[in-house]
Amino acid sequence: MSVETRAVGKTYAPVTYAVGREKIREYANAVGETNPLYLDAEAARAAGYADVVAPPMFAVVYQSPSVMPGIFDPEVGIDFGMMVHSGQEFRWTRPVVAGEEITSTTTVAAIAERGGMGFFDFEVVSRDAGGEPVCRGTWKMIVRGS
Amino acid sequence: MASYEPGEQLPELRTTPDRFLTVRYAGASGDFNPIHIDEEFARSVGLPGRILHGLWSMAQVARAQTEAAGGPETLKALSVQFRGMGVLEQEVTVTSTVRSIEDGVATVAAEARQADARIIRNAVATLVVG
Repeated sequence: MSVETRAVGKTYAPVTYAVGREKIREYANAVGETNPLYLDAEAARAAGYADVVAPPMFAVVYQSPSVMPGIFDPEVGIDFGMMVHSGQEFRWTRPVVAGEEITSTTTVAAIAERGGMGFFDFEVVSRDAGGEPVCRGTWKMIVRGS
Repeated sequence: MASYEPGEQLPELRTTPDRFLTVRYAGASGDFNPIHIDEEFARSVGLPGRILHGLWSMAQVARAQTEAAGGPETLKALSVQFRGMGVLEQEVTVTSTVRSIEDGVATVAAEARQADARIIRNAVATLVVG
């Protein structure tokens, strides 16, 4: 396959995600988290948080709406049917809590071709309402040759 | 209580995804790719059946770190590679080994397995332990 690299550096419009208490609870239950900070608002407040805390991997929930426009961008050129999520990285500044609005911005960080496969890396920066970063993510996709 | 010397193992995490786990995770995460939730579709594209979401498996690696270190504030970074396919109704085991420690911050190498298949490889966590 051949890949087109002109989209490298392209940045998409920011996407704001409102973090909800029940969404955190639903996510925590689906991944087997039992820490009361994620499930019980009173326990979270007793520990000094404004509301229930999102598990670190909840970053998936608030970042993925920001990554999808890049994955489906014709200029990036990913064949979704041949795509495999090959790697993932998150770097957290602090946990987010229910009631916050988190705004994520995705940039096409790299496009390359090796061994007949396409490699596509997307960088996502998520910020709180004050503009401070809470999490940075690197989403790595491989597209197998057809 | 885990020990944070290089070479020490953090407590192992073991969990068995039940047959509806991927449906719940799809709803929780928003990833409704049919390879995770539709048995017929998964078989039609050459898979043995519905497979686990890689990011669910990564969440098990993250949970092993935060449960060992004491909560969500402790995990500062996690990177993983997704390789083998995870399947339902088979136990997942996360193992984690401290590689180095400096100023109360441990670098931990981890992986997630199902039987002989490594479904999360080369995981590296940055964990505040001091």
